[in-house]
Amino acid sequence: MVGVKRILVACGTAIATSTVVARAIEEALKERGIDITTRQCKASEVKSLASDADLIVTTTPVPDNLGVPVIHTLAFLTGIGKEDAIEQIVEILSK
Amino acid sequence: MSQAILKLLEPHAVLLGANVADSTEIIRLLGTELYKAGYVKESFIDAAIDRESRLPTGLPLGGSFNAAIPHTDIEHVVKPGLALATLKNPVSFQNMAIPSETVQVSLVFLLALEQPKAQIEMLQEIAGVLQTPRVVSALMSAKQFNDVIDALKVEE
Repeated sequence: MVGVKRILVACGTAIATSTVVARAIEEALKERGIDITTRQCKASEVKSLASDADLIVTTTPVPDNLGVPVIHTLAFLTGIGKEDAIEQIVEILSK
Repeated sequence: MSQAILKLLEPHAVLLGANVADSTEIIRLLGTELYKAGYVKESFIDAAIDRESRLPTGLPLGGSFNAAIPHTDIEHVVKPGLALATLKNPVSFQNMAIPSETVQVSLVFLLALEQPKAQIEMLQEIAGVLQTPRVVSALMSAKQFNDVIDALKVEE
């Protein structure tokens, strides 16, 4: 059995934006029967938290070479490209 | 239905067809209204402007109108609230995802959040509005506060 995947959700201040994004991802993956946990952080905290995550989804720029796949998207806020973003998440988590 | 938005939206902090020169001016106008109505400390205004310059919130929506959702740290907030402006002429915000890019913004939601991860319903509803061009258009053509209420009551 595969462990529950951990998604680190980053935005500027970890107050508003990542809250929306985290909830949207949770709902989208639940619909697909995929168990995940999310953790929110500021973009400035990504580097120190990356190693505890299977995937990082961020709305703002984060450093390169985190050793973890990064999806940089506004799709969960604006809806533009949302299905693609979900597919990308599913694909990365299924590896 | 945008129940949480309607509950937190401060009527005095709804500016329709605002004529402003830049993003700083509209954040200052909306922030001042939230301050006068008791939602935020006076420091919120400069803090929101400063944060916007470092961590911008412009959101391209792919349609006729783009939005921005300025906000700042919780220490400047007294109680949760929401301000809204539609702009007569769009002003430049930087793109949240790609800060080097400019977004011409016509719709501004200024968020006062008193704790992280809170007001999730309101935040989800704002995302819902931004994802529904019909509602964005209705907000943009609102002439008075009641039109805003009607626009937000539309099923998404």
